[in-house]
Amino acid sequence: MTDLTKLNISKPAPLAAFGVAAVVASFALAAAPAQAGSHGMDLSGETVEFVIPFSESGGSAKWANFYAPLLSEALPGNPTVVVKYMPGAGSTKGANWFQDQTFEETNGTLIFGSSGSTQFPYLLDDPRVRYEYGDWNVVLASGTGGVAYLPPDIAEQMDGMDATGLQDIDFIWGSQGATRLDLVPLLAWRMLGMNVEPVFGIEGRGDGRLMFERGEANIDYQTSSSYLKGVTPLVEGGSAVPMMSWGALDEAGNIVRDPTFPDMPSFKEVCEATPACSTEGEAWDAWKAFFVAGFPAQKMVFLPQGASDDAIATYTQAFRDIIAREDFAEMSEVTLGDYPQMTGDAAKETLRQGTQVPAEAKAYVKDWLLEAYGVSLD
Amino acid sequence: METLLAALPALGEAFSLILHPTQIMYLIIGVVLGLSVGVFPGLGGIAGLSLVLPFMFGMDPVSGLALMVGLVAVVPTSDTFASVLMGIPGSSASQATVLDGFPMARKGEAARALSAAFASSLFGGLLGATVLTFFILVARPLVLSFGTPEMLMITILGLSMVAILAGRLPLKGLAAACLGLLLGTIGEAAAGGGLRMATYDIPYLIDGVTLVIVGLGIFAIPEIVSLLRQDGSIARNASLGAGWMRGVRDWFANIWLSVRCSVIGVLVGVIPGLGGSVVDWIAYGHTVQSTKDKSKFGSGDVRGVIGPESSNNAKEGGGLVPTLIFGIPGSGSMAVFLGGLALLGIDAGPQLITNDLSTTYTIVWSLALANVVGAGLCIALSGGIARLTTIRFTLLAPFLFMMIAFAAFQSRQSLGDLVALMSIGILGIFLRRFDWSRPAFLIGFVLSYQAENFANQAHQIASFRFRRGWMDGLEYIFSPIVLGILLVTVISIMVGLRQAKQILPEGKVATGRKRAPLVFLLLMLAYSITAWINAWMLRLTSDKIFPMTVATVGIIALCILLIRMMRAPETDPVFADRETGGEDAEAPHGLWTTLAWFGALLVLSALLGFIIALALFMVAFFRFRAGLGWARTLILSGLGIAGMCFIAGTLNRDFPPGLLQEFVRLPWPLT
Repeated sequence: MTDLTKLNISKPAPLAAFGVAAVVASFALAAAPAQAGSHGMDLSGETVEFVIPFSESGGSAKWANFYAPLLSEALPGNPTVVVKYMPGAGSTKGANWFQDQTFEETNGTLIFGSSGSTQFPYLLDDPRVRYEYGDWNVVLASGTGGVAYLPPDIAEQMDGMDATGLQDIDFIWGSQGATRLDLVPLLAWRMLGMNVEPVFGIEGRGDGRLMFERGEANIDYQTSSSYLKGVTPLVEGGSAVPMMSWGALDEAGNIVRDPTFPDMPSFKEVCEATPACSTEGEAWDAWKAFFVAGFPAQKMVFLPQGASDDAIATYTQAFRDIIAREDFAEMSEVTLGDYPQMTGDAAKETLRQGTQVPAEAKAYVKDWLLEAYGVSLD
Repeated sequence: METLLAALPALGEAFSLILHPTQIMYLIIGVVLGLSVGVFPGLGGIAGLSLVLPFMFGMDPVSGLALMVGLVAVVPTSDTFASVLMGIPGSSASQATVLDGFPMARKGEAARALSAAFASSLFGGLLGATVLTFFILVARPLVLSFGTPEMLMITILGLSMVAILAGRLPLKGLAAACLGLLLGTIGEAAAGGGLRMATYDIPYLIDGVTLVIVGLGIFAIPEIVSLLRQDGSIARNASLGAGWMRGVRDWFANIWLSVRCSVIGVLVGVIPGLGGSVVDWIAYGHTVQSTKDKSKFGSGDVRGVIGPESSNNAKEGGGLVPTLIFGIPGSGSMAVFLGGLALLGIDAGPQLITNDLSTTYTIVWSLALANVVGAGLCIALSGGIARLTTIRFTLLAPFLFMMIAFAAFQSRQSLGDLVALMSIGILGIFLRRFDWSRPAFLIGFVLSYQAENFANQAHQIASFRFRRGWMDGLEYIFSPIVLGILLVTVISIMVGLRQAKQILPEGKVATGRKRAPLVFLLLMLAYSITAWINAWMLRLTSDKIFPMTVATVGIIALCILLIRMMRAPETDPVFADRETGGEDAEAPHGLWTTLAWFGALLVLSALLGFIIALALFMVAFFRFRAGLGWARTLILSGLGIAGMCFIAGTLNRDFPPGLLQEFVRLPWPLT
């Protein structure tokens, strides 16, 4: 309460100016192209459009709106950065649109934010996909993690990390759809020999948590920041117990404990402790491939095809400056969680891991989706 | 009790925070932005919030909250302008307002309808804020007691309002509702991803049709075309009758109705997952059922405005409950609001109530104040704005077409939006012409997604419970709340069916020739059968069961009507056709030539892009259809285009590009 009073006297933001600024900025789109010389780009007076292929209400919107004002400060010339929403067909519409954009026409004033939901249809050969990640230029990659949790009475059935005791329980789970990020938990639970029946068609993971809280579902998972915000109070109140995190990737590409949740076993540990589960073979390879695409490489920022080295360097440097800010950790904790924000080669490596899946893994997941849920992507 | 005692100081503290001049200024800016955005159909709270979101970062929390809450709170206030004055449902929250509000405007009572609506909005908003103050402390268990079966029941209660809005022939209302439900199933099924009446080759259809387009197509386009044909003004005699004071008195005379509808609004708003789309229909249904003299509903009864308008502002207060205490948004604008809170460093969730009550109450106070300021401004403006209804409609129409096309384009930002708008607009024109209940159609469409999903999910969870034990399953399905709502639903259907004949939401319709109504019925039947076969061919039961069930009901209703058509004489209400008598039949301009003007705008947009097409359309329309001189033609067209560019520029929106833009790269706004 005191902090409210304190903040009360902080700067009165120049709000009256913003309407004018927005209008002027929009018209400026038509104005002179950016000067891209050897001394780096100057974007002063420009409007950078940060297009995300989702609606205003999702996690990607939060992520983009978190970065937009910071990017405006960090880019040379302090351009206005506006987030533009282009939802449709589970993000494939926006991604297809971005595929048609070229750097020559946009001159560095267009960036695109993709998410795990953009990568999964790409990896699964969804017929709607007309985009090619290989054509785009990544300038930032943001990772995240996820945690599965159970009601206390069911969590007791686990013997340490051995999940064999859960195999006789009927689980029900609110899911957004088997071809989305929810594929990762579904496959993990199945590998542990658990019998989880997904109730499809919920609109967001928050609704899944609500279903768990109402007792309609008896298992759930959340991405890290939602877990910290929404589930930690439940754990403290004694109505939920964490089961495992999905883990995180180390620099060599191995799955290790998620640094945000050092006290929780990763799925790999639980799998090793459960006789029914194996960390080798095609199921594991498939799970790992889709986990990497969905979590450590969840959200990325791209420049369109044909981007000049100059532009890539400018944006990479801008994101580096943002991440190097002293107050970055504090600001990002709420929105992004404590996860690596990668630029340069690290981002390229993440992109490579997140968008390339062995043919066997792909085939395994497609067969499983068809057999278990009748979902076909042809 | 302890929590209540702790709440009072926080309430006082929050009040002193919000009364600071800076915060009041931000609140007023928020209110003005919210009102301006809300006036445009299809924009609403999400567009407004997205506009201020970039400025949230680094703002102090109280100012930021005042700005955002001020904006959100008044959108359901100002969207009333479009509903009452033009018969355009401004947002999903004011669909039902159109039913009586627009007929009042046509009677020259626009100012009365508007001020009654605003007084109701104000009262609903304040009641919502008051309830929120105390309810938020104890709401958690109540919100959690609303599971999937309970939400399904509320959805069914909403659908049961079809009974009372069905019009002269209940079967026609039922068939219209089924058609609406079927339209809502177009696209990818939420459960298994099966495609219904869509293919991957037409990407537009995969996401289905949006509410904005259906609302505009079903209500706005038929009304505008009809008005344009008559070449008069919205108010039939071009004169204004009862003024704004009368509306406020009307509201006061019906204060208990307003109280009841506000409570309905808060309660439905509190339940996450339902959103605002049912609340105004339930409130309208309640209003009609609870009044003795029902003869004027649908043709301009002020109570039909007071009911829904009281509920839709109260809903915003209710909607904040799940948003704040669970961090789960009850609607699209609440989702953006949550994003804004995060930028201010405020985290929604249970801890907001336990540790940070003064922030919560800052929101509550902002909500209350915004309602007062917003409704006050609107009441003050309503007398003046009502004069629009006396202007020759031919001069207004191009601006309305412009607004509608732009609003529709906001839903997918593709040319498909304009094609969908035109197709649904033509459907709307026929539904109106042959007297098929358009409200029933819209209710069906709005609730289709929820009805299907809740039914699928409840079925799946219930069968899971039944496997565990019979008692467990029964307890899940027949909770006390479910039984309670079920009772209300049954009563509502029975009362509705008995009274539907008295309530003619669209006025009386003449009958005449047989052929045209028959052809339209056969077309509806053909669509229903196609949809049935299409669903039957899907692989997953979860994806096909709902469209098949709905289509079956629709086909049966249509077949019974068909039999009646074969036996009945031409004077039977089943042959209702506006072209055989009444305003439409006597109109100086034909239906198709009038519609062709709008069609031309769309075709030109597809070729030349929206702005160039709009310029050509406006000049041609003012010069040739309206018969103005060149000077006035150019001035009006210029004003229209400049206004359009200003709105789009401020909101950072693009216009639909056409074929020309494929070949030539043009600067904004011609892109």
